[in-house]
Amino acid sequence: MTNKHFALKFLREEVLPTAFCPGCGNGIVINCFLKALEETGSRDLSNFAFVSGIGCAAWCVSPYFRSDSLHTTHGRPIAFASGLKLARPELNVVVISGDGDLVGIGGNHLIHAARRNIDLFVICINNLNYGMTGGQVGPTTLHGVTTTTTPYGNPEYPFDLVRLVESAGANFVARWTTVHVRQLIRSIKKALKKEGFRFIEVVSQCPTAFGRRIGKPTGIDLMKWFQKQSIHINQAQNVKETEDKIIVGEFADRDRPGFISNIYKIIRLVRENNDKN
Amino acid sequence: MINKQDKQVLSGTHFWQGDIACAEGAIAAGCRFFAGYPITPASEITEHMAKRLPEVGGIYVQMEDEIASISAVIGASWGGLKAMTATSGPGFSLMQENIGYACMTETPCVIVDIQRVGPSTGQATKAAQGDVMQARWGTHGDHEVIVLSPNSPQEMFDLTIRAFNLSELYRVPVIILADEIIGHMWEKVHVPPPEKIEIYNRKKPSSFSEPVFGGVGETEIPPMPRIGDGYNLLITGSTHDKYGYRKTVDPEVHRKLVTRIVNKIRKNAEKIIDVEIQNIENADIGIVSFGCTSRSVYDAIELAGREGITVGHVRLRTIWPFPEKIVRKLAEKVNFILVPEMNLGQLVYEVERVAGCEAHVKAISKIGGGEMITPEEILSEIKRFLRRRAV
Repeated sequence: MTNKHFALKFLREEVLPTAFCPGCGNGIVINCFLKALEETGSRDLSNFAFVSGIGCAAWCVSPYFRSDSLHTTHGRPIAFASGLKLARPELNVVVISGDGDLVGIGGNHLIHAARRNIDLFVICINNLNYGMTGGQVGPTTLHGVTTTTTPYGNPEYPFDLVRLVESAGANFVARWTTVHVRQLIRSIKKALKKEGFRFIEVVSQCPTAFGRRIGKPTGIDLMKWFQKQSIHINQAQNVKETEDKIIVGEFADRDRPGFISNIYKIIRLVRENNDKN
Repeated sequence: MINKQDKQVLSGTHFWQGDIACAEGAIAAGCRFFAGYPITPASEITEHMAKRLPEVGGIYVQMEDEIASISAVIGASWGGLKAMTATSGPGFSLMQENIGYACMTETPCVIVDIQRVGPSTGQATKAAQGDVMQARWGTHGDHEVIVLSPNSPQEMFDLTIRAFNLSELYRVPVIILADEIIGHMWEKVHVPPPEKIEIYNRKKPSSFSEPVFGGVGETEIPPMPRIGDGYNLLITGSTHDKYGYRKTVDPEVHRKLVTRIVNKIRKNAEKIIDVEIQNIENADIGIVSFGCTSRSVYDAIELAGREGITVGHVRLRTIWPFPEKIVRKLAEKVNFILVPEMNLGQLVYEVERVAGCEAHVKAISKIGGGEMITPEEILSEIKRFLRRRAV
């Protein structure tokens, strides 16, 4: 008898293996998230609630995580999660979803949740395209890249997600790729301990719908490319805007009070004043 | 000295605006979460909730748009709170996708639509009744919702309480379809003592293994746990089995789920339907009305009575499910049914469908500027039709 893999206690074994394509990065992100929990002493997900939207990344938590999960409409997981967190402030509410979901159709909710600094932890698995629907261009697709809806190259430019969320007001913002497993686990552990809005972008590989159209047909090809393109924020001072670099690291680490403590403070004050009157 | 109990149900007689009566009805019903976005003519509900909810320990949050508002409401409902949002036509349109999500996931929630002139931005401050069909069919796919129609500030209070009770009982979104006239009208509202208000709360599962998305008969409702209580819930808008597992290709699972969520309303329709009936038995002519327009009908009935004409009136407090039986009964009693509505014909088609060959059905339509259909206009239509019969 061998020991079971540590992650299995957090997963619904009856629905494994996952439906993800060979080479997909979702498994790495699941592994890193659960490793961070394992290393911080969690033995189950009972203090957590997970929320996701539509797309491949949204399937990480639903149905695989052995916990409560709210698999919402496309683009709206952060808004659903906001209502849930306000109703159950004692739960760790975590959103794991994709770039098309959180930044494309759901971009408005992302920036407003960051501005509100609501106590949610959001992991955006950025696979640089709309994978589930067949590899269409998305808000994170690089300029000039060929996809099924940019057959002549992408005429648009991608969002810089970490700068967007940082400037909107989030307490914690980081970006890593699926190559940076140890760094990602460290940032997840840090984010789990903080209040307010926490956002980690994980640049991830989609060999099936994206990689094979840009001459990088396997997960390994894409990960090697991520490794080559990545540069840590501390070394990135001289990188020109036009270079296709992936700047990784932690971009914000602040301690502004979260929305939950702010709103419950108001409720407490209003009720105390009412009792006095 | 105001104690906490008094703050939840403001028992007594008040001079309230319809929108405020709606907000107070929600709080009296136990609503402790409101997410909204400003829009005329529903903003007074949002403003009142922002002030009142913290007093009773509830949460008010202003979201970035109506899509976020209904999303947060559904999230909060799964967090165990009774939750509501309020809007008008444009915002109601934005909410439609997630109203479908609430139908599919059987999430109790209340959505208030204070109707204004559409389509599009239309005439933002003016009353209309153009959202009858949007309330019924706004979201895609087969579904049933419950739609209530108040015609006074008193009913804004009473029907909001009923909306929460129905939504908790049937695990379904309930829509309060009011209009600018009722929302902004100031009238006397009587709030009964708390012990006189009937409140229904969702049924909790008896064990962790009990299915929460099925496993019950067609007229029964599965229990609903809360997120965070150890049920390992799988909640999804995709087709799912009774435990919540996605089954996105199995035809039988889809048929079973969607037939059940439709039939739980259809087969309980007689318990849900609530109408006000006047003079049906000896009527010369019939009227089916709802919302602000029904107030003109009351006067028209009186005017007609002075001329010896008896008008049978069915006033819908429940628009959906549509009160088929009573409208059919009216059709059997009279030759003509008039349907006054502030749109170019919506409810009239439903009345026509139900009346069949029994009675001739005609709309009295008026749109624009929030102008009501007057009692005199209704009376003149009544007389015109009765003259036709005489010929």
